Amino acid sequence: MPSKKLYLYTRFERFWHWAQALLIIVLLVTGFEVHGTFELLGFGAAVSIHNFCAWTWLVLYAFIVFWMLTTGEWRHYVPTFVKMFEVLQYYVSGIFKGESHPVPKSERIKHNPLQRITYLGIVSVLVPFQIITGFLYYLYNDWAAFGWELNLSAVAILHTVGAFAMLVFFVVHVYMTTTGHHPLSHIKAMFTGYEELDEDGVA
Amino acid sequence: MLTRLNTSLSRFVLVLAVCVASSFFEVSSVMGNQLTFEPDKTYGAEQARKVSRPATRWVTTDHSRHPVLQQEFTSPQEVTKACLTCHNEASRQIHQTIHWTWIDPADSERQMGKNGLTLNNFCISIHSNEPRCTSCHAGYGWKNGQFDFSKEEAVDCLICHDTTGTYEKFPTKAGYPVTTPTKFGKKTFQPPNYTVIAASVGRPTRANCGACHFYGGGGDGVKHGDLDSSLYNPSRQLDVHMNSEGANFTCQRCHSTDAHFISGRTYKQPAFTDRRSLIEDDLVKRISCESCHTATPHAVGHKANDHTDKVACQSCHIPAFARVKPTKMYWDWSTAGKMKDGKPYKVKGEFGKASYMTKKGHFVWEKNVQPEYFWYNGKMDYLLVTDKIDPTKVVRVNFVEGDKNDPDSRITPFKVHRGKQPYDAVNMTMAIPHLFGKDSSAFWKNFDWNASLTAGMEAAGVPYSGEYGFVETEYHYPITHMVAPKEQTLSCNACHSKDGRLATLSGSYMPGRDGDRAVDIVGWLAVLAALIGVIIHGVMRVISKPKSE
Repeated sequence: MPSKKLYLYTRFERFWHWAQALLIIVLLVTGFEVHGTFELLGFGAAVSIHNFCAWTWLVLYAFIVFWMLTTGEWRHYVPTFVKMFEVLQYYVSGIFKGESHPVPKSERIKHNPLQRITYLGIVSVLVPFQIITGFLYYLYNDWAAFGWELNLSAVAILHTVGAFAMLVFFVVHVYMTTTGHHPLSHIKAMFTGYEELDEDGVA
Repeated sequence: MLTRLNTSLSRFVLVLAVCVASSFFEVSSVMGNQLTFEPDKTYGAEQARKVSRPATRWVTTDHSRHPVLQQEFTSPQEVTKACLTCHNEASRQIHQTIHWTWIDPADSERQMGKNGLTLNNFCISIHSNEPRCTSCHAGYGWKNGQFDFSKEEAVDCLICHDTTGTYEKFPTKAGYPVTTPTKFGKKTFQPPNYTVIAASVGRPTRANCGACHFYGGGGDGVKHGDLDSSLYNPSRQLDVHMNSEGANFTCQRCHSTDAHFISGRTYKQPAFTDRRSLIEDDLVKRISCESCHTATPHAVGHKANDHTDKVACQSCHIPAFARVKPTKMYWDWSTAGKMKDGKPYKVKGEFGKASYMTKKGHFVWEKNVQPEYFWYNGKMDYLLVTDKIDPTKVVRVNFVEGDKNDPDSRITPFKVHRGKQPYDAVNMTMAIPHLFGKDSSAFWKNFDWNASLTAGMEAAGVPYSGEYGFVETEYHYPITHMVAPKEQTLSCNACHSKDGRLATLSGSYMPGRDGDRAVDIVGWLAVLAALIGVIIHGVMRVISKPKSE
């Protein structure tokens, strides 16, 4: 049973988390509509909303990076292999046996090694990849003026690959939020900022 | 060390701040332009409307007061001679134009044109059929291959300049009006009162041009699909520019005219190559949409402006042709000649139009037709009657030039008229039938294909083997008239979708239509695997759960 509360997620952190969540959902829906997967809003509206969300995210992304650097929060995303194997083992078998999480949350360690590597990969590889391919796609009409000899098909397909990667992350990430001591406790924490921990400090 | 870090950090912060500020600026401009879906602001149309006032022409002469026109004319040539006493350059100007020569002025080999070696898949060719076809020639007396094209008085001034609406050329008299009241079908043609007509000549109206151009192929709306009698007095729904209660454009408002040379496409000659607008050159021909609307006619930042380098305006703004009157879409000559009780007959089909005629075979008429789309550089190429064909394939009697990589090409709408028509089965060329005439070899007299083709090919000066067959053909017309109101403009989805209007126009990547099959399959499999994985994991957690609690 939870016995202590840890204030882990500050107001801006919670804001950027949910803002990104919303942006990712809208970008995925409109993006796959632009890709021709389904028809929901109409192609024109999907493009406009997609572009608007992309710009919004770019601004937010700049703020997030700034926040990470100035608050020192970047330390939570430095990858480590310490206890990586234990964490993997926990999710593969320990979790079914009722074992405790091998990496208790604390103000010093907000993320386990698996989260660190995943979030770092997303923020430093996947998102920049989508920003770059997305921008190239967006600027298609100016390629000639810039003297770029690119292939729209290649740019679009790379951007689609990134979208699939993001969707896979989204599915797994949403599922992982249910692995707290209660299925909704991690989600609650991301709203309140307080992670509820049991005696061992395990969320 | 620490100071250096601090300096570089503050520099970074500064750069970041600039980035953020500029992004905000971008976002607000994006919000302003891309999230405004309301169609009320029509930048280009609004701008164009400001400058397209009704044309009030000044004329410095009253033709009814010219003594030379106050005579009892006994022939139309006398009227022309009277005109030439003042307008002494007019006939020589007309003689240079395709309205007179029926040969594409741009074709140095003089082969392209009705009076050359090209054909269509309607009545096929004028050779041996002149008196019928040349009822739309701007002249008098072209009844066979011997017509003298140098005579100045043979030019028909009145067909273009009559403003009374009473001057008509008879359908089978080689360009002449009648001299006594004569019936054609149900209509009686009256001899023109030349004195009255000559007294009131003026600039051409839609009625003058339409008398021939709305009836190409021998009937209302037969040929083009975007030109028919509904354009005499079109509604805004049919044509925003010619709208008789709006801008009320005449044809030459866009088909700018210089000394009787009327701008427009002729065979291989594009309607325009100059894409500058009136803003850049006040004497530019107004024949292209860009001449008035510029190449970026939509609101600043609107995505449609990014399409004008690849998509013709017509593609989105003419969603369908033949929107009021039907047009002919299919003509099968191979079934012509059947008799009922030993007599030629007619079958009426949809829209009150014939679906079968002994004289002509089977027809299909359609209304409100969705165009087909091709890359088009403004030039059409034409098969010559001397060119070899492959009768096992559909023969393109004319075809659209253009390529996706060509900066002058745009995706453009077309009417494609399909049919079956005769060809020479030994020489492997198309064949010209002699259709019209009172002689025994005319197909419409005796329904004998061989006699008809022998006479037609002889008149065209092309060898004929004596054996014929029928081959499937296609004929293409660019669709450019009947520009619809903005609210009927195609939506993005019309093309940006898997089964949209451009589904078959392959070769370039189009969002919404294209993708990489392998990426899509692997991508969705990965998503599916993730979903199944987390579901299994979750189920196992539920099953194995609570011994610790």
